[in-house]
Amino acid sequence: MLFEKFEYMAQFQAELDAQDVVPFGAVTEKILSATEAVVNGRKVILAGTNNYLGLSFDPRCISAAQEAAGKWGTGTTGSRLANGTFFEHQALESELAAFHGVNHAIIFTTGFAATMGMCATLVGPGEVLLLDADSHASIYAGAQLSGAEIIRFKHNDPEDLAKRLRRLGERASQTLIVAEGIYSMLGDTAPLQEIAAVKREYGGLLFVDEAHSMGVLGTHGRGAAEAAGIESEVDFIAGTFSKSLGATGGYCVSRHPELETIRYCIRSYIFTASSSPMMVASTRKALQILQSEPGLRHQLWDNAKRLHSGLQSLGLPIGPSPSPVIAVALEDRTQAINCWNALMEAGVYVNLVVPPASPSTNFLLRNSVSAAHSSAQIDVIIATYAGLVDAGLIGAKQGG
Amino acid sequence: MTEYRDYLDFMYSVLDVHNKGGLVLSETTELVADIGLSSLEVMEFVEKIEDRFDISIPLNILPDVYTLGDFARKLDELDA
Repeated sequence: MLFEKFEYMAQFQAELDAQDVVPFGAVTEKILSATEAVVNGRKVILAGTNNYLGLSFDPRCISAAQEAAGKWGTGTTGSRLANGTFFEHQALESELAAFHGVNHAIIFTTGFAATMGMCATLVGPGEVLLLDADSHASIYAGAQLSGAEIIRFKHNDPEDLAKRLRRLGERASQTLIVAEGIYSMLGDTAPLQEIAAVKREYGGLLFVDEAHSMGVLGTHGRGAAEAAGIESEVDFIAGTFSKSLGATGGYCVSRHPELETIRYCIRSYIFTASSSPMMVASTRKALQILQSEPGLRHQLWDNAKRLHSGLQSLGLPIGPSPSPVIAVALEDRTQAINCWNALMEAGVYVNLVVPPASPSTNFLLRNSVSAAHSSAQIDVIIATYAGLVDAGLIGAKQGG
Repeated sequence: MTEYRDYLDFMYSVLDVHNKGGLVLSETTELVADIGLSSLEVMEFVEKIEDRFDISIPLNILPDVYTLGDFARKLDELDA
């Protein structure tokens, strides 16, 4: 029977139902601002979104989307290759290329389609995809579609990467190395300087997914590659509109003119409707704001540091350095569910992450910070965690 | 050159730690069904073999691997 393989998931959902919690698929009934909503009948602080710069509710982005809907309609009803390329799409591609200081850009309908499509297309049978073990599901999905040989290197471990390139010998030149700027689950940053040095020594092309680092890292907000000073050594940079830019969509930019040919080979670009003009227009506006208002990035980091130091002083098991993503690692599933539930009841909506989405056997309470959070909201989040510690739901001794 | 037998012997030595049920390991022992390795433990197992024999094991070969014998045979082919 086809359905038998879903039994384990049915059991997990039944267990959650029995405890009266709905971490996956909680329904947001009303959005009050970039940082507040009514979820399951309760007013909550949004502490799990990827709205890093808080632009989802920027009035300029909203009116750009409204104007675009009036001017271009609600959807393109066509693929980029068949009547779905509007002026807005081309304009955004030029603006993204200029932002990254390169000449070529492709935009996609979602971020998943961007990374999946690029990984699936850049390499093929007989070639090699060398990816960080903790890569996003879209990268793994693209890898499987590519037909290339897929090899993992240990997470954020340039020495392991070097070892694997060495083992490949001459095939190193037929290899695409894939890393992310900030990893979405634990909020840790890739050692891109070291990775670029390894690439320099052994060859291959380097692809960096800046989904969680664009708008967040680098003096100009171009991401982890900018922060590491190695942009000129990255062959392809991918990003998303659904995090710092507050909309939906994805992109890939490159200094290689071949990207213009590759465009016509990417199935997740060709065989899907192009982004709605509203999305593209609000993203264009958000990209302008990201560049003209670096204060948003500073505010984001102030908030990230405030939350990190607050949770650290409670002795909670979190990562060593501040990041806009701060994950509390728990080993026990019931405890994780109870904590998520208690946070929700207290009005703080974080993400519960369970294996295999988490990179180990841990269960994560994933908090993410926005520039739009006020200091008072950050303090409420910290105080709510303190309440969990006082109630004995979570303690300094947990995890490591 | 590393042979089928060498891979198998190394796998036995690594898996002894996980083998709490006192199962007698053989070529027909299944990694997931018999030993009960989780997907994460399978990847850790793969990394140990990679480090020991200084090889990279492509993920592509794993879907066809059920038993220790399957795995050792695949590795023998890689190296051939």
